[in-house]
Amino acid sequence: MQHIISVLVENRFGVLARIAGLFSSRGFNIDSLAVSETQDPTMSRINLIVSGDDHIIEQVNKQLNKLIDVIKVQDLTREPHIERELVLVKINCLPKNRAEIIQIVNIFDAKVVDFSKKSITVEIIGTEEKLNSFFELMKVFGIREISRTGRIALPRGD
Amino acid sequence: MTGAQIVIDALQKEGVDVIFGFPGGAILDVFDVLDRSPIKFILVRHEQGAAHAADGYARATGKVGVCMATSGPGATNLVTGIATAYMDSVPIVAFTGQVPTGMIGNDAFQEVAIVNITQSITKHNFLVKDVRDLPRIIKEAFYIARTGRPGPVLIDLPKDVQKSTLSDYKYPESVEIRSYKPIYDGHPLMIKKAIAAIERSERPVIYAGGGIIVSNASKELRELAERCDIPVTTTLLGLGAFPETHPLSLKMLGMHGTQYANFAINEADLLIAIGARFDDRVTGKISEFAPNAKDIIHIDIDPSAISKNVKVSIPVVGDCKRTLQKILKNIKPLKHTAWVERCKEWKKQYPLKFKDDDILRPQYVIEQVYKLTKGEAIIVTEVGQHQMWAAHYYNYTKPRTFLSSGGLGTMGYGFPAAIGAQAAFPDKMVIDIAGDGSIQMNIQELATVSSYNLPVKIVVINNHYLGMVRQWQELFYGRNYAYTCLRRRADCPPFCQGSRPECPEFIPDFVKLAEAYGVVGLRAMRKEEVVPALQKAFETPKPALVDCWVYEEENVFPMIPAGASIKQMIGGMA
Repeated sequence: MQHIISVLVENRFGVLARIAGLFSSRGFNIDSLAVSETQDPTMSRINLIVSGDDHIIEQVNKQLNKLIDVIKVQDLTREPHIERELVLVKINCLPKNRAEIIQIVNIFDAKVVDFSKKSITVEIIGTEEKLNSFFELMKVFGIREISRTGRIALPRGD
Repeated sequence: MTGAQIVIDALQKEGVDVIFGFPGGAILDVFDVLDRSPIKFILVRHEQGAAHAADGYARATGKVGVCMATSGPGATNLVTGIATAYMDSVPIVAFTGQVPTGMIGNDAFQEVAIVNITQSITKHNFLVKDVRDLPRIIKEAFYIARTGRPGPVLIDLPKDVQKSTLSDYKYPESVEIRSYKPIYDGHPLMIKKAIAAIERSERPVIYAGGGIIVSNASKELRELAERCDIPVTTTLLGLGAFPETHPLSLKMLGMHGTQYANFAINEADLLIAIGARFDDRVTGKISEFAPNAKDIIHIDIDPSAISKNVKVSIPVVGDCKRTLQKILKNIKPLKHTAWVERCKEWKKQYPLKFKDDDILRPQYVIEQVYKLTKGEAIIVTEVGQHQMWAAHYYNYTKPRTFLSSGGLGTMGYGFPAAIGAQAAFPDKMVIDIAGDGSIQMNIQELATVSSYNLPVKIVVINNHYLGMVRQWQELFYGRNYAYTCLRRRADCPPFCQGSRPECPEFIPDFVKLAEAYGVVGLRAMRKEEVVPALQKAFETPKPALVDCWVYEEENVFPMIPAGASIKQMIGGMA
């Protein structure tokens, strides 16, 4: 099962390498990873998507906590949380398909951010499920390139 | 003050009295200051020796050991020693020189990214980029190394940081790391559950590990065992945590544990693991480990050690000593007469034994070392058969008297670690029990013991083989002794199953080699020569090596093959 784990770390050089190194040396898999500074410039938040059974996820949590630079580890999977991912998708777009593509883009609350003779680039935000159904529909026209931020999350409420 | 001066001043404030190391270009500034300081320095002959010596010092004293090397190859030579300390939770701080910050990443002469290299084998490490961070980093390094589950910390010091000056230097008095807060006090509810489980158990066994020694909890362990009448078995790293001469001692468990310890684990209805980590050499086949235990209590300071290998029902995250003290406060005296009797019966029926004939057996040598030292020595080992015999045939009664590389299994650990222990305790008898294979991995340190007159005694259990590997070849690889014979030469026949009269001579001649270094060299070829040779070695105020030519194809028994269960245990008699 996929877990979304939010890790607060010291905002220092080399910290990401430690996290990545931990995953590779202990044989854990990272499905996606997103890092950036928080409201406190001395801290970064790392959003990790990890798959594994309960035993593996428990070890991931514990091993992350063991790293000196890790301030807090939160597995958001089983608590109420908001989850988002932003994706840029470049789709083949011949003039005859334009209307149809734009219609789909609108339905998905996505946004056209670039236009050219043969392609269209769309920005879409959403959950894994929403993104997948969008990609499925766009496959008909041909997806040229995709760039994803990786999933990010925050717990709901206070 | 310069960065180099800060390092030496900080080390003194941390109470460091000896450093093991080897100089080089990128660490010269620190050495220049070190030379004029009261800190004792021991120049090893290979940086690996420095790391192991710092480790041996730390294990023997409980203090943080310090080693120092230059950049590049100096730093990479420390790696095996750092990994050894990491696997066995030994507090050391390693300093490495680094090329100047401006040259980092340019593939400069003797540059390696040692912080990256040691990331997965240190508890933490630092690259100092600014001299202003240096005092805090050193303070944190020592704090991290010795607290919580201890471990090695590395500080990489670029040359320009050593040279640059800090006008308002003050060594910090306290440490505050917001992301590092070890848990010392176990959860009260779990402690309550643990007490209840102990009180309702009929066949409890304590399985004690190195954590007892790390947290100085031997006294509490003994109190619990005696008050509640519970047999105690220890891991290899736990040897000395509980007196092996005690009637409740079952000695070591696991792959080469005693039969009675493994029988007890197998039948126990409660397993109390304290400061141990359910290593595969202890458990064998996990699904058949302690199959009758209704509960497993696991006391450990490292949360990640809990339920990593074996699912436990009562986890207590906390310091062993403090947790045991809390348990002792509330637990009532118990009697497990029938169970303890059963264990004693096993002890009587299945003792550790070997053929006591006219042949010079390796186990005999260890027994004589035990008798001659009256169990009062610090025993250090290399890795292999001799290590297991040293665990079997010497009774450890005090913590910090058995130093051995358990987790990483580092051949070449023992001799330099013995140097570290001897440097800490100049008046104690420190004995490295070695194999003829292992000792050659750091044999260059003969120069170190000789030049500092550190009276380390080396007892080489010489069977002309990489004995433990040969044993596996004999048992599991149809006696194909591939590359384990240390007498083997180019003109030997391709397929060899054991020595013949026409075999070439053993290389090297350890006696001559010892003498070449100014170390006393002695040899025992027959059984009756062992005691006189050992006596001579132990009496001389100088370092000495005793080369004991033992029966070549002796095996370490009992043995539970890797990944097997107690049902597959091989033999009691060697």
